[in-house]
Amino acid sequence: MTFLLQIQAILWKDIRCELRSKQTWMSMGLFALLVLVIFNFAFDLRVDNKAAIAPGALWVAFVFASLLGLGRTITSEQEKGSMDRLMLCPVDRKAIYLAKLLGNILFIAVVEVIALPVFAVLFNVPLFTGELLPIVLLGTLGIATIGTLFSVIAAATQARELLLPLLVFPLIVPVVIGAVRATGALMVSSINEPPWLGLMLAFDVIFLSVSLLMFEYVIED
Amino acid sequence: MSTPYLEIKGLKKTYNLKPILGGIDFTLDKGKCMALLGANGAGKTTLLRILACLIKPTTGTVHIAGLDFGEEAQQIRMLVGFVGHQPNLYDDLTVLENLLFFGRMYSVKKARERAAILLQRVGLARRTSERVGTLSRGQLQRLSLARALLHSPQLLLLDEPDAGLDDEGIALLEELIREHAEQGRTTLFTTHNFDRAVKFSDQVCMLSGGRVVYQQASADLEVGSVRLAYQEALR
Repeated sequence: MTFLLQIQAILWKDIRCELRSKQTWMSMGLFALLVLVIFNFAFDLRVDNKAAIAPGALWVAFVFASLLGLGRTITSEQEKGSMDRLMLCPVDRKAIYLAKLLGNILFIAVVEVIALPVFAVLFNVPLFTGELLPIVLLGTLGIATIGTLFSVIAAATQARELLLPLLVFPLIVPVVIGAVRATGALMVSSINEPPWLGLMLAFDVIFLSVSLLMFEYVIED
Repeated sequence: MSTPYLEIKGLKKTYNLKPILGGIDFTLDKGKCMALLGANGAGKTTLLRILACLIKPTTGTVHIAGLDFGEEAQQIRMLVGFVGHQPNLYDDLTVLENLLFFGRMYSVKKARERAAILLQRVGLARRTSERVGTLSRGQLQRLSLARALLHSPQLLLLDEPDAGLDDEGIALLEELIREHAEQGRTTLFTTHNFDRAVKFSDQVCMLSGGRVVYQQASADLEVGSVRLAYQEALR
């Protein structure tokens, strides 16, 4: 019970700080919208190539906006020393990780809620089907799981803005490919597609388990 | 002979092969107060951060209330209250929200009442709903003290707690240290003020180059002799 209460307390604190500072959500949201607008004008969208281009544009916007936010949430705590103070508390390190992960998922989800309708309008794709929800959820979970863990490592270095994408991008490639292909499959039905959702789920379970086990060592050393 | 509350044996810490602590040994009994003196870079902050379970020593053992640092860190964290150089508070939360958050982290019962009492005690009762980012350095230090005392710690670690405090704040700090000792609780504080070190401690311990170079009971000491020992240690 204490474990859940601690997660809830840290999450509440992060949300309240973000609602007041608006640093992360604003920059993430604006960045995602900007990427979608630029892609919309950059590509010559036609009915026959839309399904190939649109899912990529959507997930590029999500991935880059997510990294912007993932870097901020941990870095701001490290810079102010409040992460040290949190580490002094008798809190299970897994609770800290899960709270930060849930916070990051929430921040990314808000951006997705803003960006998805804009994407649907700009790219003229009917995306508001129930099938998109698990794709976005699993994709976001995968990005946030790895991003939360590695943002702690990157935050401890001086070149954190450079290091975070270098560490995260190679690892999230499988889940991003899965998300792009699964989103594309919603637009144009195709045969012999691998079970992308299953692959994304497996990826998320594996990396969530590994991150939970590793976080204590990453944050304390 | 009773077991010391705090027992440090052969404590060493190196950063990037540079020795910061070169083998610290000392004990502190329950209810006693120790002043830790030393020039900048002597290893005082590193020692306190190790005792607060914030960093791990390279070698050596630490026992607090009989608990082993390596294996029972979570229980030790529950016993320790820490005030560092920096306030390390959440600027976007209010004064009360900060204390309530840490109250939940330490599972403090009736945290709101406890926070109200402490805020009254440190003179911030009228600023409970103000954001921490708007407080002055001295007020932040007072709030840090309140936060450190929130869970009624058995061992209070204070790293230069007088930094940023005005005369009134320093008087308050001295009262809090005295009250803490009167409740049979243990205190370890670092300072650069020799008068304060001798006046408010039961023992004075001096670090130089990451080693204990001087340790005396405060009752037998005069400020002049401490100052002399400090100057010798610097040479």
